Amino acid sequence: MASAAKKKTVRTIPQLRAAMPEQDAGQRSRNFAEVACGYRLEDALHEAERCLFCPDPACVAGCPVSIDIPGFIRRISAKDFRGAYDVITATNLLPAICGRVCPQESQCEGVCPVGETLEPVAIGRLERWVGDKAIAEGWSSAPHIEPNGFKVGIVGSGPAGMACAADMAKAGCEVTVYEAFQEPGGVLKYGIPDFRLPNAVIDAEIENLRRLGVNFECNTLVGRLFTLEQMRDEMGYDAVFVGTGAGYPSMMGIPGESLNGVLSANELLTRCNLMRAREFPQYDTPVPVGRRVAVIGSGNTAMDALRVCLRLGAEKVHCIYRRSRAESPARAEELHHAEEEGVEFHWLTNPVEILGDAEGGRAGNVKGMRCVRMALGEPDESGRRRPLPVAGSEFEFPADVVVFAIGTNANPIIGQTSKIRLDKRGYIETDAELATSMAGVFAGGDIVTGAATVIEAMGAGRKAARGIKRYLGLDPESASPERLFGIPVSEKNFARIRAL
Amino acid sequence: MARAAQTDYEIVAREDFSDATYLLEVRHPLMARAARPGQFVIVMAQPHGERIPLTLADFDRRKGTVTLVVQAVGKTTREMQQSCHVGSALHALAGPMGVPSHVNGAAKVLCVGGGLGVAPMFPQARAHKEAGATVIGVVGFRSRELVFWEDKFRGVCDELILCTNDGSAGLRGLVTDGVRLALEKHPDLAEAVVIGPPVMMKACAEATRPRGIKTVVSVNPIMVDGTGMCGGCRVKVGGRVRFACVDGPDFDGHQVDFDDLMARLARFVPEERRALERWSESCRAKEPAPLEETLELPDPFEEVHGG
Repeated sequence: MASAAKKKTVRTIPQLRAAMPEQDAGQRSRNFAEVACGYRLEDALHEAERCLFCPDPACVAGCPVSIDIPGFIRRISAKDFRGAYDVITATNLLPAICGRVCPQESQCEGVCPVGETLEPVAIGRLERWVGDKAIAEGWSSAPHIEPNGFKVGIVGSGPAGMACAADMAKAGCEVTVYEAFQEPGGVLKYGIPDFRLPNAVIDAEIENLRRLGVNFECNTLVGRLFTLEQMRDEMGYDAVFVGTGAGYPSMMGIPGESLNGVLSANELLTRCNLMRAREFPQYDTPVPVGRRVAVIGSGNTAMDALRVCLRLGAEKVHCIYRRSRAESPARAEELHHAEEEGVEFHWLTNPVEILGDAEGGRAGNVKGMRCVRMALGEPDESGRRRPLPVAGSEFEFPADVVVFAIGTNANPIIGQTSKIRLDKRGYIETDAELATSMAGVFAGGDIVTGAATVIEAMGAGRKAARGIKRYLGLDPESASPERLFGIPVSEKNFARIRAL
Repeated sequence: MARAAQTDYEIVAREDFSDATYLLEVRHPLMARAARPGQFVIVMAQPHGERIPLTLADFDRRKGTVTLVVQAVGKTTREMQQSCHVGSALHALAGPMGVPSHVNGAAKVLCVGGGLGVAPMFPQARAHKEAGATVIGVVGFRSRELVFWEDKFRGVCDELILCTNDGSAGLRGLVTDGVRLALEKHPDLAEAVVIGPPVMMKACAEATRPRGIKTVVSVNPIMVDGTGMCGGCRVKVGGRVRFACVDGPDFDGHQVDFDDLMARLARFVPEERRALERWSESCRAKEPAPLEETLELPDPFEEVHGG
């Protein structure tokens, strides 16, 4: 195996990337079944042959959780599929999710040397294939865990919380994850639609966490049902991780935003995905189904909103974005899928007012927007060219549903209910190890960084887990005489030391 | 402190105040301990159900229960009226949510509840009383048969003005008439707290505005998560957009844009009607005798309805 790998060069490997079997665009834009059907065995074996097994793999460095990518692909090539799963789950417990939702083109695949001459190795698709195979075969990575007596509480069951929970459970801690909604999964459940990430996949990955001993408690709004201080001081948690997500959706602050038919992408997606409004009235939650929908924004959430509206039965679905396609923050595949499904894109366009069907009064329904054309000026602080309105270019754009997918602000609940230090914008302040201003409380994901990706949140959850292990003294390298039971001696927190 | 290992939200008591209004007492010791006046919960009655916000009507830390008073107005609340019995359980109960009401020990407080707002006014009135205030209560019902909790209110109010639309009990008139009476009798009112249908809260806020009495209202917009995540509950307060679930539900009644609130409450009227019709038909299919069911949704803007 190793000798064969040595001779591989870009010229000797299969030149073409194995295509992803997909539902036809015309058909899929009217159903919620998964768009990308997943590799078959022969696709996976073909694609695995394309990996050069670089001795100093750039892809591993490009992965936020540093999966041993050549290692798992080598095992696929050798048809040791269980081995491939074990390699991935040594660093990432959630391959079926990450394989689907990671922006691989800007991470592992973006730095793959094969990509310099050919299409890069389809790492994400291979990861997903392994993850799906594990679910189908009922594999789980439940290593022998030696309980260490520490209790760790996790606030939020989204990707950051799940990743942190996995690592803390493997380290031997008793882990409880609290979720405010009625089922776990966070943004994976309420935000990402089934056609991109089926609920069954999320549930299978959560089941894996349960097998590691992780306990999930739903319908629990931490901060209001009990506080972070209570978790630490009364409920016996030795450490707490806060991964509540950013939440609080932004609006633009233009006239007409309270008209009926104007909603945030979070509301649309939560109604449709978690609450199953797409099956209304079999399910009780309604969702506004527009005939002509306008979604403002062009990130991944906007793509999800656009494609959900198509599937709900909208006749025309429009994406309105103030910059151009090149600046669109959406994952390349999502943008491509949305275009294929018939979403109309209006680049360099920005709404300035939402128009209603009545002035004031009760019958305030959306009938359209007044938009302005934009032009790109000098680069701004994000490095992208700043969009500027073109004078005199205003025009009316008819729409009966307007969805804002322009980002989120910090959720205020943890800040309202604890003494944890926040930054100016309301996000939780942390140090490099993701420790917060409260001893024993760590935070990561969108509530620290602002809106980011699933895998970045998972990376933050794992990083916080490393910080928690050091804090609890579970990391042998960090054991130092300045720390007693993981608590800095200088902290003089004798109550906590006694409690241990 | 016990760990929050609660997955079963058992209904331990139920009381029917009228054909439409019913009380559910649900076991949730942690919530009973955490709850403060002015907070609300999100309920899902069954797995296919919707998440509905209900303001807490009471909580008992000793018994470990929270109390909800529900009006059967739409599909979900009518279905709950049929399915929620002592011994059965809610599918989900999350909370307490929202910023607790600010009970600041004002000397004399006017506590006003009408319609859906009568029950949730009770813990507020009690909290003000416990904080040492003189509490003037005003509660409104349609008629004598619909009156509930009069004794509970009398127990925490120094004076209670009971109003009925038809005059069959107490003062004949709307809640706002009771408020005007209270304002005349008590020139020294320091604060007013008003809970009820938006049109009633609007009228009460207008009644207190000329006197400059601080008036707190508890708004009740449509919500999904109740945790600040969806923005469905956004309200305009003093020209700013606020989320009722995490910034409220209490706001300055003189600053709230009630017309905006009322318009947004009508967001799903066609869908609500469709759900109710479908549900009523399925009830008829099950029942041998057809139900005498009115399919008209009660007007959400009516001043005092049902209660």
